[in-house]
Amino acid sequence: MPIGIFILVSVIKSVIVLFVLLTAVAYTVWLERKVVGHMQNRWGPTRVGPFGLLQPAADGLKFLFKEDLTPPHVYKPLFLAAPMMAVIFALTSISVIPFGNSIQLFGYSIPLQITDVNIGLLLILGITSMGVYGVALAGWSSNNKYSLLGGLRASAQMVSYEIALGLSLVGVLIQSGSFSLRDIVEAQGGRFLYIIPRWNIFHGQLIGFFVYLMAAYAETNRIPFDLPEAETELVAGYHTEYSSMKFAMFFMAEYANMITVACLATLLFFGGWHGPLFGPSLMRAVLPVFWFIAKVFCFLFLYIWVRGTLPRFRYDQLMSFGWKFLLPLAIANLVATAIVVAG
Amino acid sequence: MSFHLILFLLFGAVSVGGAINLLAQRHPINSALSLIAVMAALAGDYLLLGAEFVAAVQLIVYAGAIMVLFVFVIMLLNAGVEEETKGSRVAILVGVPGMLIGGVLVAWVVLRRSGTEAVPIGAMPGHPIDIAQLLFHDFLLPFEVTSILILIAIMGAVVLASKPESAAGKVE
Repeated sequence: MPIGIFILVSVIKSVIVLFVLLTAVAYTVWLERKVVGHMQNRWGPTRVGPFGLLQPAADGLKFLFKEDLTPPHVYKPLFLAAPMMAVIFALTSISVIPFGNSIQLFGYSIPLQITDVNIGLLLILGITSMGVYGVALAGWSSNNKYSLLGGLRASAQMVSYEIALGLSLVGVLIQSGSFSLRDIVEAQGGRFLYIIPRWNIFHGQLIGFFVYLMAAYAETNRIPFDLPEAETELVAGYHTEYSSMKFAMFFMAEYANMITVACLATLLFFGGWHGPLFGPSLMRAVLPVFWFIAKVFCFLFLYIWVRGTLPRFRYDQLMSFGWKFLLPLAIANLVATAIVVAG
Repeated sequence: MSFHLILFLLFGAVSVGGAINLLAQRHPINSALSLIAVMAALAGDYLLLGAEFVAAVQLIVYAGAIMVLFVFVIMLLNAGVEEETKGSRVAILVGVPGMLIGGVLVAWVVLRRSGTEAVPIGAMPGHPIDIAQLLFHDFLLPFEVTSILILIAIMGAVVLASKPESAAGKVE
């Protein structure tokens, strides 16, 4: 493929993925308010549009037009940079996620992925580990003790759970023998006994998936691990001093991270875009992407379900759960997988 | 000029600029952030050279983990702006010429020994499989010995950080 067309294709893909991701972020917020509302015997948003479907647009406009307040005692350069960092890292990590197989267009084979590096998984881990800075610096630069405590909690929590997260993925890596997300998904094609799909979760990685799920909840600062923004103790944690669009950026980063984590769980444990294919050829081309999105949606729903169900951990419980239970479990899973694969 | 080379020079410029900014800044948190920018830009350069695994490790370990601890300590101690002393002026007066001379010397030696030919982009063994072959096959013993060394260091840190039992009993 010539370089000009390559750049054009990459730009178009980036714009499409960014658009879909930001729309998904907006509608995940809507879904969360709706689902949690119904769980608590409320309606959730109903006023703007049918079923409140235009609520995200209204919220976006509200965030844009609100006064952008910068408190006087903050450290300004970082106070402004922190939300940007949070959003940038959250949006960058989607760039190596494959959504489906390649498609043929104008004689070129175009993979449904912004870029396919052969260390895709490591790159995602690297970028998410950089995501800590947005939260930590927001807490510090706000010059407010609640914010600082929130930022400290967030960075300690993310650094601790990153280890369990990384180790939980090694089992999958051993089984597929590649860091490339595309190869990992390809390795999960086919079935056991004609019925059970050959997804990694049915292929001995149940414990790995459990550890990944727990660690992913902690990494994205979601209930039951949302200590960095525990309202009862810390007002709003690291984003106490933020208002209007800057606050919205943290919000967007959180939901974009949720979506990335859900995509990763789908790719690594639930066979990515693999699913039953049927119907005419056009449908066969679209179905893999549909299966991928359906699986990601299930994970997002699970996130919201958990949020509507579980209370928050205490901070010492969080730390001892991460270090004394999750980490040994991840190591045990790794050793067991290595023995089975070698044997 | 190829697209690769432009990107390479861009990342190189960011890392040099970040390094200069690291020295020029007075506030420790700004210096730490410049260092993160240097590390991330270096990771970009490694990626362009074809050393993908090294690039990812650079991001995860240096930019993502070690620098988080730096920032964490600066946040916890709430370290203020750096003070200038007589020593720092001497350091500038002696250090800048010294650095220049050292840099010229190194460049001279490198150019004399290797000729002017640069390493072609993507020529380094950087695929994860190559690295695994080196680490777990060719250099297995040194690798394992190093990991035991790190394990001992971790245990030492834990022993130093935990209070002696009698003192801990009195405090709480």
